[in-house]
Amino acid sequence: MAEPAVSAPTVKSVMSTSQFSDAFDCLAFEDVSRYFGRMRALSHVSFSCMAGEIVGVLGPNGAGKSTLLALAATLISPSAGGIRYGNHGTHERGGNVRANIGMLSHDTQLYPELTARENLHFFAGLFGVQDPASCAEAALSRSALRARGDEPVMKFSRGMRQRLALERALIHDPKLVLLDEPFTGLDDSSSKSLANRLQGLRDSGRIILLTTHDFEAAEGLLDRVALLWDGALLNVEPVTGSLRDHYVSHTRQVARTVKVSK
Amino acid sequence: MVSRFIQVAWLIVKKDLTIEARSRELFLTTLFFAASCVLVFAFGFVSDQNPIGEAAAGILWIAIAFAGTLALGRAFERERYHDVLHALLLAPADRPAIYIGKLLGVICLLAIVEIIIVPLISLFFQTPILRHPWLLGGLLACGTLGFASVGTLFAAMLVRARSRDVLLPVLLYPITIPVIIAGVRGTVLLLQPEIDVVMVRAWIGMLVFFDVVFITLSLWTFEPLMTD
Repeated sequence: MAEPAVSAPTVKSVMSTSQFSDAFDCLAFEDVSRYFGRMRALSHVSFSCMAGEIVGVLGPNGAGKSTLLALAATLISPSAGGIRYGNHGTHERGGNVRANIGMLSHDTQLYPELTARENLHFFAGLFGVQDPASCAEAALSRSALRARGDEPVMKFSRGMRQRLALERALIHDPKLVLLDEPFTGLDDSSSKSLANRLQGLRDSGRIILLTTHDFEAAEGLLDRVALLWDGALLNVEPVTGSLRDHYVSHTRQVARTVKVSK
Repeated sequence: MVSRFIQVAWLIVKKDLTIEARSRELFLTTLFFAASCVLVFAFGFVSDQNPIGEAAAGILWIAIAFAGTLALGRAFERERYHDVLHALLLAPADRPAIYIGKLLGVICLLAIVEIIIVPLISLFFQTPILRHPWLLGGLLACGTLGFASVGTLFAAMLVRARSRDVLLPVLLYPITIPVIIAGVRGTVLLLQPEIDVVMVRAWIGMLVFFDVVFITLSLWTFEPLMTD
């Protein structure tokens, strides 16, 4: 099923926050820091993602990628700084903002005892979708799980759950899509389907922020890459050449710098 | 706005009851625990078919409190597994509606358990506890609501805590003691040969007061507790 077109412009250049006009046409981290007790998870992170853009957040384990997504999803608040969603202020984190966010986390966020159809129906209702039943059917078709829609999720393979989880995250047609390791558990064909789906979302003007360690699956998909290292944002730049080479060259450089400074 | 609140609460209740109807995990464990509790006390307090005084009233409420704690301890487990809680919190719904939905689910479960253990108590202790079913129903409904309202809040608050199974009763019992006491005193009056309806209603009134206070505080604090 084709994604509905939205009026948000497809802009890929980074804009200053003063230029934000339309609602939810960008996501901007403004000097965001986050601490858990005395532990620093993110430190002074500033960058923006625009409508019609897929930004990959890369970094080693513990770099702060999931924290960054949780902050963008309004699940946690920044210890300092703010996050701007289009023309919504940095302190607006209520239902109006959340209605525009779809998130796929590490876990599937599905009830294993419920069927695929019941899960989608439940979340469509929870997100205030007008016609939850038809929306759930469309999502089942997109995930190629219509034939197994009445089976409990606990009987599904990891890949099937992941496909269903993605549709669960997108059931309310969010403008901001946050994906934490979306390629986990997917075979080659499912990964390609997911990449096509994400490209479709980008073309329809969604903002997509994703973390991944699966460079092959994400190859050619990302418009820009934000590299996180120990909670700090090293750079945000367009991907030129291979994604793996881009990541390896930058991380080697950082590792060398850290070694020298020690 | 109100209809959306009710819709979200209903979605949560319906989902919880559907899952429970399939797994029967919470219902069976809670019922087994409550029935075992009544049975063990029956052996201790009944000798030669003569129960000790008004012990039945206390045992009824102990069984409800213990079984309720077991149910409340698992109330948010389904949300904790697979990180579903975050998906709920991300929904553009009033978060207190999620609380009300979970609370109603727990109350439905405890109501079914109570419907089964009250006749058991009547049987084992040979008490006329079912002589005034409406008054008993009022005491049980208000008492369960008060107990479950605080319990649901604490269960949600402790969902991310590692020692939540230990902390829940430690936090829950001191706060709900007034509810349990009011329930026990009201039930004791129902066991008397001459029932003092005015006093029973006074205890029900006190339970209603606790319910209003606890639910108001829970609705007020649920969102900030779940936000970060």
